[in-house]
Amino acid sequence: MLSDIKKPVLNEKKAFYYFGFKTVVPFSEVEKAIKALKNVASDELAKTVNDHAENIESYFDNDDLKNDETLSVKFNRGEPRKSWASYKDDFPEINLAELIENEESEDAIEVVEKEAADEIDVIEEADIEPVVEEKPEVKEPVVKNSHPKTKIYINGELLGSCEDPVNFTQQMREKRRNGEVSHEMNITYYEDNNEIYIFNDPGRARRPLIIVKDGVPLLKEEHLNKVANGKLKWDDLINNGLIEYLDAEEEENSYISMSLAEINEDHTHLEIDPATMLGICAGIIPFSDHNSSPRNTMEAGMTKQALGLYVSNYALRTDTRAHLLHHPQTPIVKTRIIDSTNYDLRPSGQNFVVALMSYEGYNMEDAMVINKGALERGLARSSFFRAYDTSEKRYAGGQVDKFEVPDKNIKGYRSEEAYRNLDDDGVVNPESYVESGDVLIGKTSPPRFLEEDFGTVADRRRETSVTVRHGEKGIVDAVLLSETVEGSRLAKIRVRDTRQPEFGDKFASRHGQKGVVGLILSPEDIPFTEFGVVPDLIVNPHAIPSRMSIGQVLEMVAGKAGCLEGERVDATPFNQTLEDEIKQQLIDNGFESAGCESLYSGVTGERIDAEIFVGVAYYQKLHHMTTDKVYARSRGPVQVLTRQPTEGRAREGGLRFGEMERDCLIAHGAALTLKERLLDESDKYEAIVCENCGMLAVYDKHKNKKYCPICGDVETYPVEISYAFKLLLDELKSLCIFPKLVLGDKA
Amino acid sequence: MEDIIIKVKDTIAQLNEEEKLDIDFPDSYIEDLAKAYIKNDLTDDELTELIRKLKQAYDRAHVEAGEAVGTVAAQSVGEPGTQMTMRTFHYAGVTELNVTLGLPRLIEIVDARKEIATPTMDIYFDEERRNDEEFVRTLANQIGKSTINDILSDFNLNYGTMEVEAVLDNKKIEEKRLDREKINAAIEKAFKKVDINGDEIVISSSKDSKSDSKFVIRELRLLADKVRDLQISGIKGIGKVIIRRDDEWIIHTEGSNLKEILDMEGIDHVRTTTNNIHEIGEVLGIEAARQSIINEAQNTLSEQGLSVDVRHIMLVADIMTSEGVVKSIGRHGISGEKSSVLARAAFEETGKHLLRASIRGEVDDLTGIIENIIIGQPIPLGTGSVGVKMDYKNE
Repeated sequence: MLSDIKKPVLNEKKAFYYFGFKTVVPFSEVEKAIKALKNVASDELAKTVNDHAENIESYFDNDDLKNDETLSVKFNRGEPRKSWASYKDDFPEINLAELIENEESEDAIEVVEKEAADEIDVIEEADIEPVVEEKPEVKEPVVKNSHPKTKIYINGELLGSCEDPVNFTQQMREKRRNGEVSHEMNITYYEDNNEIYIFNDPGRARRPLIIVKDGVPLLKEEHLNKVANGKLKWDDLINNGLIEYLDAEEEENSYISMSLAEINEDHTHLEIDPATMLGICAGIIPFSDHNSSPRNTMEAGMTKQALGLYVSNYALRTDTRAHLLHHPQTPIVKTRIIDSTNYDLRPSGQNFVVALMSYEGYNMEDAMVINKGALERGLARSSFFRAYDTSEKRYAGGQVDKFEVPDKNIKGYRSEEAYRNLDDDGVVNPESYVESGDVLIGKTSPPRFLEEDFGTVADRRRETSVTVRHGEKGIVDAVLLSETVEGSRLAKIRVRDTRQPEFGDKFASRHGQKGVVGLILSPEDIPFTEFGVVPDLIVNPHAIPSRMSIGQVLEMVAGKAGCLEGERVDATPFNQTLEDEIKQQLIDNGFESAGCESLYSGVTGERIDAEIFVGVAYYQKLHHMTTDKVYARSRGPVQVLTRQPTEGRAREGGLRFGEMERDCLIAHGAALTLKERLLDESDKYEAIVCENCGMLAVYDKHKNKKYCPICGDVETYPVEISYAFKLLLDELKSLCIFPKLVLGDKA
Repeated sequence: MEDIIIKVKDTIAQLNEEEKLDIDFPDSYIEDLAKAYIKNDLTDDELTELIRKLKQAYDRAHVEAGEAVGTVAAQSVGEPGTQMTMRTFHYAGVTELNVTLGLPRLIEIVDARKEIATPTMDIYFDEERRNDEEFVRTLANQIGKSTINDILSDFNLNYGTMEVEAVLDNKKIEEKRLDREKINAAIEKAFKKVDINGDEIVISSSKDSKSDSKFVIRELRLLADKVRDLQISGIKGIGKVIIRRDDEWIIHTEGSNLKEILDMEGIDHVRTTTNNIHEIGEVLGIEAARQSIINEAQNTLSEQGLSVDVRHIMLVADIMTSEGVVKSIGRHGISGEKSSVLARAAFEETGKHLLRASIRGEVDDLTGIIENIIIGQPIPLGTGSVGVKMDYKNE
């Protein structure tokens, strides 16, 4: 196309090769041509432009053209778009080229990629506005729609089509089941858009199901026996095509029976167990089939916030933040999902004896009363770890940071008190008690800018120590000294803090029943049972009816029975009812079948008239703790720009007195309170105003004189304004607006 | 009664003179006093005492100077406003009529929209005719929009002769209480080639049928649509009407035209109303518009089960109408017309106001609330509204 280019006429203006004109033409004519192009309908234009893009492509293939000195335009080839082939290595599981080849031989799939060009027909030249002598060839891709083919997308990319989608998907599934194709491949046929989706990429949630053929599940009793004997493994079941994993897409193509009893000829799969529909979080909930769905959803979210044994190598780790529960217990009431996820190895809660009653209003609105004795014996106690780290950085000019106890005359020196825990090497010693502001790693850095002639370099070093965060305290748990990749010294310090539950700490059962500690009560004041059992926790009964978390009630009864029998109870949802069994167990142990007991007031010793429901429930301590959140300030840091107090606990900030709060003071007519909040306790500023021009005047500290930068030595007056207003005046001035202040006497 | 009122007035005048009480009760209070005087058979001393007590209560109920009534009103309307849902119920009892209610309506009122979403009227009748069903139905059909389509018994397109053949339904005409003569006149006025033969009406296109052979059928159909949609009665701006009877006959309309309705015979001029505040302002004057704002806002709120003290709404209505025209609360109304540059800039379109002020050399005398908050001075309100002045006489 471009190869038969005529020699350019050099005395003309430069021509636009890249516009796809076959010959070199004068600039004026190109202009004309562009005008003509502008009149073409836009999608036609797009086609032409696409076509020219192809011409450019051929430019790169033609070395003669590239080396042609006379061409005024040169192109650099960019990275070509990654083709499918280049992805091949990322997906070792399935060889797509081979797959497509296989299908090609069966004539079920056509590879469109390479033939794409063939499908593009040439349209008549007359349809395009004439452009200088020879018209550019315009091609239009024509979609053949005589027989609608089903499009096939692999991992979201259109890669081919097929004519018999139903058979094709069926064949692909067969191939997966007999091992010809990876079992991680999932294929879905969407009838309404006539498209097939094949996925084999990571990141899809998939779940196993038993394959059903003609109303008969393929997994038979014999297989189960073999599994029990250890002759068959899970993988064998998959490899033999008895069980397969479906992703969310392929589920749309299947009809899954919940139980063996319900199965009919139309079913394609059978659930291994109805509870497999639950994931890890929801699977932890016992009797979740008895709860309302919002509560289950809440619990699935909250269980992720529960403290527990999050890893077993915590002592070797330096997580920036980590919580560790001190005496984690495995739940008495468990589910099969708990078994299969090894929850028992990393539990995140403890079994509490719970009484369902109100206590002097201290557990209203989802608060709870907790047993002080139990807490002192270590119930719900946890450790909080925070790791700090820093390294001796190297700077240009051979300067380095240095771990040391900073010298007194260093810039930014803290009080001597702050460095008291440091050893000679500038790093704290393990097991020393530190509080916020205490230095953990003493460090000095070279000055930011080198100045001439200003003492020795050592004098001008800066203090850049790492200190304990504001509002935190603890004991240095571990000190690690190492090296960074660059080879400079690295220090990591882990500080530990023990957290005994206190007012406001958040707890939750496994049924979305969350609450905060409202009272820590001495065991002698807590009501006790006939047998002298003192509950660990008193939860308000109002928490149950409106939320319909019946699972919690069942768990408490089951937990109680489990305790008495010395056995764990299986409470997997959608399973046989345990109710009668549990009731019988309670009766056998001399308890009431409903779980209610007579309680005696801890204060007076009198029997409480009402029967109180007492049971054992698994409670989780959540990582929202008062110590991490309490905050108050009277005075403190301010922002540089506005001189208003900083925001947020971490910055030791103030609590915002917002617009609506302001409106309330206005409504009360509390003029001076309002002024105090907004000015005196915020960004009060004494401005000096020139009497003559009304602009801000200046105070010269050295001469101890006030003057106006515009009018010179004139009378000035101090005015009390907010710094934000001063900023507004400055900003107006920068916009060339002159805000003149006219002063008068205070009324 | 009259003489009692005079007696009460005299007593007040006497008290004012003797004890310098400075009593200035509204007329309604004086009437109430007179009623109480008669009902309880008071002595003169008791009346004097009653007036004194009333004066005390009246003074106590007064808002004190320096009270932030505007802010309190804003908060009092705003707080229940947050509870208002965006739900719009249908007009109570009448399902066919859809009226904007709830928060959208409240916003409409406060914004003083010229074109409200659903204008409606409630038409009442005078004492003689409020129970006259025949009269009300006739009037309703005069007011409501009727088209030929409403009174057809048969309608055909004759493609052979290229004519529209309509047959009118006498029953329907009677039901609607329409005048046959007027219908005929309207049809003859609207179409040129009309042949009216009793109930049968034949209309052909005004154009020469042979001229544009390509489009005749289309034109015939367009003509048919025109015939169907020809309005034969009704008042401009009013669409559907709904007749309802509670204790008396009432007409609700979709659309509103207060001026023409009030001109009609047999209408109760006092109770007939529209929900278009601007229209009320034009027809009945600004005081009526003020009352209309109060009524509409209070009805909207109470329909949602919220009760806001009228006095807050009255304040809003007062401010919206204080300059003789209905102004909105917001950028284009009250807030946009404040005298202070800083107050306007603090509200909306900061740049615009600051720039304009700089061009015109505006002076802000810093007398408002917002300005004083900005510059950090005590606000001239409540405890900040008092100051010290020099007593020149004792100088």
